[in-house]
Amino acid sequence: MSTDSYHSALPTTSIMASEENHNTFDVRRIRADFPILQRTVKGKPLVYLDNAATTQKPTAVIDALTAYYTGCNANIHRGIHTLADEATAAFEATREAARRFIGAASTEEIIFTRGTTESINLVAASWGREHIREGDEIILSTLEHHSNIVPWQMVAEERGARIRVVPVDEDGAFQYEAFLKLLSTRTRIVSIVHVSNALGVVQPIEDIIRAAHGVGALVLVDGAQSAVHLDIDVQRLDCDFFACAAHKIYGPTGVGILYAKHSILSTMAPYQGGGEMIREVRFTGTTYNDPPFRFEAGTPNIADVVAFRAAIEYVEAIGKPVIRAHEEALLAQVSERVLKIPGVRILGDIPGRIGVLSFTVDGVHPQDIGILLDNQGVAVRTGHHCTQPLMHRFGIAGTTRASLALYNTSEEMDFFATSLEKVVRMLS
Amino acid sequence: MKMETRPSIRAIEEEIVEEFALFDDWESKYEYIIDMGRQLASLDTSYKTDAHRIHGCQSTVWVASEYLDGRMQFHADADAMIVKGLVSMLIRVLSGQTPDDILNTELEFIDRIGMTSHLAQTRSNGLRAMVRQMKLDTAAWKLKQQNP
Repeated sequence: MSTDSYHSALPTTSIMASEENHNTFDVRRIRADFPILQRTVKGKPLVYLDNAATTQKPTAVIDALTAYYTGCNANIHRGIHTLADEATAAFEATREAARRFIGAASTEEIIFTRGTTESINLVAASWGREHIREGDEIILSTLEHHSNIVPWQMVAEERGARIRVVPVDEDGAFQYEAFLKLLSTRTRIVSIVHVSNALGVVQPIEDIIRAAHGVGALVLVDGAQSAVHLDIDVQRLDCDFFACAAHKIYGPTGVGILYAKHSILSTMAPYQGGGEMIREVRFTGTTYNDPPFRFEAGTPNIADVVAFRAAIEYVEAIGKPVIRAHEEALLAQVSERVLKIPGVRILGDIPGRIGVLSFTVDGVHPQDIGILLDNQGVAVRTGHHCTQPLMHRFGIAGTTRASLALYNTSEEMDFFATSLEKVVRMLS
Repeated sequence: MKMETRPSIRAIEEEIVEEFALFDDWESKYEYIIDMGRQLASLDTSYKTDAHRIHGCQSTVWVASEYLDGRMQFHADADAMIVKGLVSMLIRVLSGQTPDDILNTELEFIDRIGMTSHLAQTRSNGLRAMVRQMKLDTAAWKLKQQNP
């Protein structure tokens, strides 16, 4: 693998200069980095608008995965031979890249998991069981994904704690004043989605963290959707936990990050027991390794972790502000056209929405929309997006969601809108 | 022998396959399915209970059945139009057939009209789940006839 293959494919200087001028962002060259975008679906060019579910992978990531298995596959950390050394170095290089990507102080604060869901489960099971007691409160919001609800329900039930829910406005906005009222000395943790996967709305996470710390509660930021779009600096945010997944950042599936402040991690009990996480095992008792290894029992997903670094470097080389400007322009373009279709209602239509167009059409079931769009080569997601309480809040069964990535184009937005117009004509 | 004059499951399947062969683009095919969904009589709300519901990820389908003069009668509804059109085709094929014919025939038309990809595989709300429910209902009615 040439680690520079994607750098050479990109006009680095023009991209760097393009922060003010988003026209120099050459989406055609970006698209050439993603082989899957060349394929057709039902005889039509693929228009992939399901990026909030998972993003496509650039050649750099695919090559890194192949290169790992072709050139240096070995089990990590304990081996004395050359391959084990190289594999360990590659694995730990991703930990450093991940640290940089989210602005952590130290690689000891970066734990590799299977994904955002496992990251949240780890905190709920390890930190939660230790610190949540009867009568304590856990604050979530109506916007949460089921993976940021169910793990807390499990620990709350076990411990006799109570879950308090911050409501959202009719337009999907997080009700900050209501949140402040819910905060109390009983609050142990506040676990909030940074960018809503169902709507794209962004929560005032800095204010939430500051207010929660004011009552002595910790904060977990569910960054599943935000990590790919927003510049993340966990030290500046001062969040206690941050969870995200590689596969939504152009990286492989099966790899997640859990960031936790070292002061908290060092007191946390292991999540799973096994190899790698121990210092010494005797039948009379076992002592545990230091973080992050204490939380990484068993052989990890080495190849995908290694390839994740290529994804991080790919995004860093282009720059999130450039990507965001591109996606914002596309979102504005497509929202304007879709709003003109009779019966369309956009959910979460508030300023600063990121990467997501989530809508309903009066009298039309989202599943019908999804099927008929697929017949035109357009991939969207329909349904409740694993946010049933949010759908319930709006009194709907689900929405149709188009979600954007850096490789989407203005032409695709037009094609999507035209396809949707046709679908709505067919169904009404 | 008036029972013999009713077209068999295979014959109705063949009819449907021939109808779909006339469509040369996806739009007309789906417009036809949507149209069949619109024409399917709505199920009385008293049947729209969990007992008749086929649990799925996205759309909701209800199937009710009855046993009349040695033959099964099916009724169904769905909150999404394409699924409703597909279930109306299942009713067209299976309603009015004998329990033995229903239980002994593997349906082929779904594959042959190219509708497997979307709806047969998405979790449990696919066509397969609907067919399974209709066959289970049939087996239940048959048992009831044998052991009244």
